[in-house]
Amino acid sequence: MNARTAITLSINSRDHVIAVEPRRTLADAIREDCGQTGTHIGCEHGVCGACTVIVDGEPVRSCLMFAVQADGKKIRTVEGLADGDKLHPMQQAFMDHHGLQCGFCTPGFLMLAVGVLEREPDISDDDLLDVLASNLCRCTGYQNIIKAVRAAAKEMRKG
Amino acid sequence: MSAKQKFVGRSVPRLEDRPLLLGQGRFAADISFPGQWHMRVVRSDVAHGKLKSIDTSAALKLSGVHAVWTHADVVQIPPIPFRLTGLKQLEPYRQPVLAKDVVRYVGEPVAVVFADNAYLAEDAAELVALSIEPRQAAMLATEKPGTYARELTTEPGVLQKAYGDIDAAFRNAHAVVSLELTIGRHSGVPLETRGAIARYDEARDVLELHGAAKVPHWNRDTIAHMLGRKKASVQLYEGHVGGGFGVRGEIYPEDILVCAAALKFKRPIKWIEDRREHLIAANHSREQHHRVRAAIDSQGHILGIEDEFFHDNGAYMRTHAATVPDLTAAMLPGPYRVPTYRAIGHIRLTNKTPCGTYRAPGRYESTFVRERLLDAIAAKVGVDKVEIRRRNLIGKSAMPYTLGLDTLGTQIVYDSGDYALLLDKVLKAVGWTALQRQLIERRKTGEKVGVGVAMFVEKSGLGPFDTVRIEIKPDGIVEVITGVASIGQGVETVIAQICADALGVNYANIRVIHGQTDRIARGMGAFASRVTVMCGEATRLAATKLRARVLQAAAEQMQTRADVLDIVNGEIVRAGAPGPSMPLAELARTLPEGLSAEDTFESTHMVYPYGVHVAVARVDADTGNVAIERYAIVYDIGKAVNPKLVEGQIAGGLAQGVGGALLEEFRYDQNGEPLSVTFADYLIPTAREVPEVSIIVSEDAPSPLNPLGLKGAGEGGANPVGAVIASAIDDALQRPGAVTLLPVTPQRLKAVM
Repeated sequence: MNARTAITLSINSRDHVIAVEPRRTLADAIREDCGQTGTHIGCEHGVCGACTVIVDGEPVRSCLMFAVQADGKKIRTVEGLADGDKLHPMQQAFMDHHGLQCGFCTPGFLMLAVGVLEREPDISDDDLLDVLASNLCRCTGYQNIIKAVRAAAKEMRKG
Repeated sequence: MSAKQKFVGRSVPRLEDRPLLLGQGRFAADISFPGQWHMRVVRSDVAHGKLKSIDTSAALKLSGVHAVWTHADVVQIPPIPFRLTGLKQLEPYRQPVLAKDVVRYVGEPVAVVFADNAYLAEDAAELVALSIEPRQAAMLATEKPGTYARELTTEPGVLQKAYGDIDAAFRNAHAVVSLELTIGRHSGVPLETRGAIARYDEARDVLELHGAAKVPHWNRDTIAHMLGRKKASVQLYEGHVGGGFGVRGEIYPEDILVCAAALKFKRPIKWIEDRREHLIAANHSREQHHRVRAAIDSQGHILGIEDEFFHDNGAYMRTHAATVPDLTAAMLPGPYRVPTYRAIGHIRLTNKTPCGTYRAPGRYESTFVRERLLDAIAAKVGVDKVEIRRRNLIGKSAMPYTLGLDTLGTQIVYDSGDYALLLDKVLKAVGWTALQRQLIERRKTGEKVGVGVAMFVEKSGLGPFDTVRIEIKPDGIVEVITGVASIGQGVETVIAQICADALGVNYANIRVIHGQTDRIARGMGAFASRVTVMCGEATRLAATKLRARVLQAAAEQMQTRADVLDIVNGEIVRAGAPGPSMPLAELARTLPEGLSAEDTFESTHMVYPYGVHVAVARVDADTGNVAIERYAIVYDIGKAVNPKLVEGQIAGGLAQGVGGALLEEFRYDQNGEPLSVTFADYLIPTAREVPEVSIIVSEDAPSPLNPLGLKGAGEGGANPVGAVIASAIDDALQRPGAVTLLPVTPQRLKAVM
């Protein structure tokens, strides 16, 4: 159980060479072994989505993936969204529409929304609502998150 | 003066957002110290039993496990004291930090393991063998009280609040309306679980606790007291907090255990709760059963209300002591004229997780009871639910209105309000008459659709004080040092807006400090929708004082009179005239003593916002599912400092209210085994369940108790949601009084139908 495996996690285009137990979750590896604490852990059983990151282009719950399964894959986390000082359109939209209060669920929502919109830029409003209903927020009541994601979708389509 | 930018009343962007959006927040789990050990709690898996022995040997054999503590290791630590409403007779029921010889709920801390990392600590905790002889679990607060311990029953106390001749009211009544109502067990359940990281700094002889929230100064004093240390040698540090809602930031056993261990082992000790733990260990709330009756005259005017209720507080009395049942009894009369009143609240203990407050504590419950009662009176008299409320509302001319009850150490005096006007506003906003017609038409086609209305009075701005110190730094940054806390509600922005206007600077140049016990001697924290009111006014006072100091000092340097100077956007200028100006930073740099001012706002009365919710609900006859089609809220908070943030508070409260009304419940089996231990069984509303809401933030009735007219906005979104959804479901089914129990799950509604 305690034997460690050497793996490489590529997070936001930077390689982290780490040694982890096979049972170590990707979420813990990102946070504890790679020091990227923007990815949050809310339930550790795949329901709340606070730990959502993008792995090879797909939004993934990093609490349900083992770190060894992500070896060599391209991982994107909230820390990689902004371009220098310039916020990603999704981050900017969350600010403009008051889409966050405590901010704990926010990285998960940002990565979920960015991941889905990059894959499916013209997603229908109803399908988008289904997607957003897969993460939990306890502060906002969701309406401002929905508004923010719709506004960012427009912005992202402009490219 | 006209060129001066105003910030209060504007929906300016939040100062908090940027680091949170960039993933640069500092939540409890993000804090680590070199050489830290991780703590894992071994919890009772039996609801009630005699703890016969604990075998820690196998756990201690694991490499990297440093210690396992049981009660014997913490025998000198007293039980956790009360913070609010701490009646003397409740004291024997306080929770020990580790169970001694009886366990009283599944989830109760029995032992703790300290190890090199969190995975190892969890492995070791599973190897700690508990021998517990099970006893009968008490699961119903309405049953006759049983034995808690020698000479103690499971009814630690009975509250009574009353005024007027209630017996005469019932003797002389035209009719009596009686209901039996139940509110289910649910709670705040923030997305961030609890966490605590303690570190002892031998060089300074200071015990630090990181991951603090809500009431850091009270917790600092309490931890110092419990561990026998001087206050000054314990400091608490609040980082980002992933939601509070009443639950987070109270002192729990784990907070004390990490501190005691950090002192003992001289190692940083980190504890991060997992979700299952949170759902069985952090405060539950709300569970009450009411037997209520109203005496009415022939027109449906209330002559008196009598309520006997049973408050299920779980296994112990925690920091809130009698707060929730006290508020339930005190706030039940709400916005109506209730000439005589008696509430009897039985505080009962069961073998479930102990309880505390949750957003709108006592009011979510008592509003459900009162508004169910108003609907029942309407049905009895044969008038509609709006008319019955209008007939009973307290009039504007009666303000300020002394209710004749007290709570949280204050007399309840509704400070201002025009309840009838607010009711008119919401009816107009939803187009009440047309809506009624549409619903009647739809019901004719077989749809089960209906509308509910619920009114309430909230409380906010609990004192007794808040102190604020404002410093102008040599770089021009204005620092506002407060004793409040931030749990995600936007404290930094709102306090900065108030300071900005009073001082004459841009709010974006203001840094608001909160939750740091080493920065200010005392503070009250963030609860009871108190921060904007209490800390806001303290900020205004301190900023006004500082402004006078600035102008005086500037006048000397600019060789003029203070009364011709003004501060505009951080520059000291001649009011209304061109001429030389001086940046605040420059002035601060020239003064060896710096530029600062401190002031305190004291208040012995709370301030009372009020609101109305209207909901349209559609019931699916096949599944029992309830869909909320429309939702409207009007909430009068006197003065909104940042309307967008106020709307955010209201919308968030609504979502939680919907959870408690339709989905969320901590269920147990008959032996006290918790059944709601994951997010798959404890259902938090998602974007699919929370309706779109139209919110009107109203400012008809500024509070006369502070110059800005502020009232708190935190709890009015949640308060009447159970009540209004129940009212809408009744209407949809065309069966007044159909809903008697929250949450209205599909199974329960099917049973009703």
